[in-house]
Amino acid sequence: MNVPAAWYLILAALLFGVGAFGLLTRRSVLIMFMCLELMLNAVNLTFVTFSRSLSDIAGQASVFFVMVVAAAEVTVGLGIVVAVFRQRASTSVDELSGLKG
Amino acid sequence: MAHVATLILLMPLVGYLFVLANGKGLSERAIGVVATGVVALSFVLTVVAFFLLLGHSDREMTVHLFNWISVGSLHVNAALLVDPLSITMCLFVTGISALIHLYSIGYMKGEKDFRKFFLYLNLFVFSMLLLVLANNLLVTFVGWEGVGVCSYWLVSYYFDRDSAASAGKKAFLYNRVGDIGLLIAMFLLFHATHTLNYLGIFHAAGTLSPTVATLTVLALLLAATGKSAQIPLFNWLPDAMEGPTPVSALIHAATMVTAGVFLLVRMSPVLAMSPDGRATIAVIGGVTAFVAATIATSQKDIKKVLAFSTVSQIGYMVLAVGVGAYSAAIFLMIAHAFFKALLFLGSGSVIHSLNGEQDMRKMGGLAKYLPLTFPTFLIGWLTISGIPPFAGFFAKGDVLTNVFEHNKPLWVLGIVTAILTAYYMSRLFVLTFRGTERFREDTHGHDPHESPWVMTLPLVVLAVLSILGGLINLPWAHGRSLAEFLNPVLGYVPHVAAASTAAQWGLAAVDVAAAVFGLLAAFSIWRNITESSRYESSFLEHVWHWDDFYDATIGRPLTEVAVFSDEVIEPKVIDGAVTGIAVATRNSAEGLRKLQSGFARQYALAMVLGFAVIIVYLVARVH
Repeated sequence: MNVPAAWYLILAALLFGVGAFGLLTRRSVLIMFMCLELMLNAVNLTFVTFSRSLSDIAGQASVFFVMVVAAAEVTVGLGIVVAVFRQRASTSVDELSGLKG
Repeated sequence: MAHVATLILLMPLVGYLFVLANGKGLSERAIGVVATGVVALSFVLTVVAFFLLLGHSDREMTVHLFNWISVGSLHVNAALLVDPLSITMCLFVTGISALIHLYSIGYMKGEKDFRKFFLYLNLFVFSMLLLVLANNLLVTFVGWEGVGVCSYWLVSYYFDRDSAASAGKKAFLYNRVGDIGLLIAMFLLFHATHTLNYLGIFHAAGTLSPTVATLTVLALLLAATGKSAQIPLFNWLPDAMEGPTPVSALIHAATMVTAGVFLLVRMSPVLAMSPDGRATIAVIGGVTAFVAATIATSQKDIKKVLAFSTVSQIGYMVLAVGVGAYSAAIFLMIAHAFFKALLFLGSGSVIHSLNGEQDMRKMGGLAKYLPLTFPTFLIGWLTISGIPPFAGFFAKGDVLTNVFEHNKPLWVLGIVTAILTAYYMSRLFVLTFRGTERFREDTHGHDPHESPWVMTLPLVVLAVLSILGGLINLPWAHGRSLAEFLNPVLGYVPHVAAASTAAQWGLAAVDVAAAVFGLLAAFSIWRNITESSRYESSFLEHVWHWDDFYDATIGRPLTEVAVFSDEVIEPKVIDGAVTGIAVATRNSAEGLRKLQSGFARQYALAMVLGFAVIIVYLVARVH
């Protein structure tokens, strides 16, 4: 069965929209991280889709980079979350406004 | 020859470095002996060089020391030009310097900064020799600035006295104005001839356009008015008398102040190209000679009289240069160096004997207390007054005869100046050595004492030179005179039919009559009085209000500008701009900081919206 490329792209757009919506509406840092991952992987999906339909391996290579960067980002981000949690016993981003102008 | 010339120049520098390197360990005596010795040695070497030059066929030698500057088409070597003019200058500069160094050992005895004094003095001699021996304008300029800065240091030698400190500054600033002239002359000459080398410039002088030649000559004249204290820049010299008397004698009478005249004579091939420039020089010289002589008649400070007398005599030299009588200018320069150094050192001896008193109203009747100063001063006085057969008579006569041939009105001015010269010098002489004793207050009732031998020996030597100085250039001695010796290096000036022998005798008679008239006038007026509002007008005493004029036209307007800048430009314009930028930055920041809300989701929303806008834009552009 050959699924058209457009379906993959629609799926990716939906995933990205869900991620973006979650990022903007939820307050918990952990949920926001998950939404972020969702958005990244939606982009990965478009990379792979185009890689296949255009027969260009470069798109799949880019996905690996994104994964590596995402892993690193999560590591650092979760480290910060743990540190903040120890300080404030909360993971709500709205309370973290100490640097506001 | 090359080594001799180099050593002439280097001896004073060696003395300077030796005293400098030995710190404060040397005794006063050792410093004096070393400093005087190196200059005396320099003099001996100059005499050797003089005789070597006499034996030389072309009498013109360039001694190459090292390549100094080589940029593009500008090539400047540190090199010396040994020719009759530079050797003549060296002879009297080193000779008189040696005598004055010797004199200073006695005069400066026990001064706080004895060592510093001799350091500056040696450095001065080095700079002066560099100035006269240089083979290009730039090296001359180094010497020119060197003597200027030494003059500054020595004028403000007693720097804890306000008047001395400001006199030094005044001398330096007036000289700076003149220095601009020398720089401009260098630029013009380099532009026109592509060299700064004297011989190169002289070679190309014939190709100079009349405009360039005149501009160059006027720039050189500006330089000369600064260094040689001529109108309009002569005011600094009287103030420079704040320095110790040997400095006045050496720098501000015999050597440095004649540097301007030397420069003009050195550049005589360029002067020869510009009759207009020469006419200006002659007028400046003649007028300066007259103005300074009138001022000298009303001064009360013995050194001030001599200072204005120096300005006046240099005016004669500049006048001689202006009419193309270069050798007469050099002749008067040498004679003047002898008798003016003598008069200054004599006045120093007088001041020394009266514990520092310089006011002539508090002198009088000193003849019998100063058995060596008195007769030598007498000779100096007769020499400068122009009484034959002393050097001054021949030198001034040489100048005036040449002026008579070229320019009758200036000759009349010169004769009037000669009368005034005899008058003010006789007034000085009478007030100082004759009449009643008015000095007891200064000497605490004691008799004044004669100075030690180191001070009187130079007086005697200079007196002998003043008597015999005329011999180097007697009007009837052709072939073996100074004029003949200098002639090859001097620029050509169209010759006016020389005065006949009878006319020369007539002119000489007029000179003598002028001198005797001034002498008798002074004696009849000043025999019994010490001050007179009739013969000492306050206009003359205040230097024709020349300083007030500069104050009113330059000093005060500039002060106004400075005050305006301080009160308006600085707070309003400059501070306004700085504060304006700061306020604008702060105000805009005040508005922008509201964007920084601290809510991470707000930032995320901004990013998403921004991203959406970009996509809409891209999509819209594609379609």
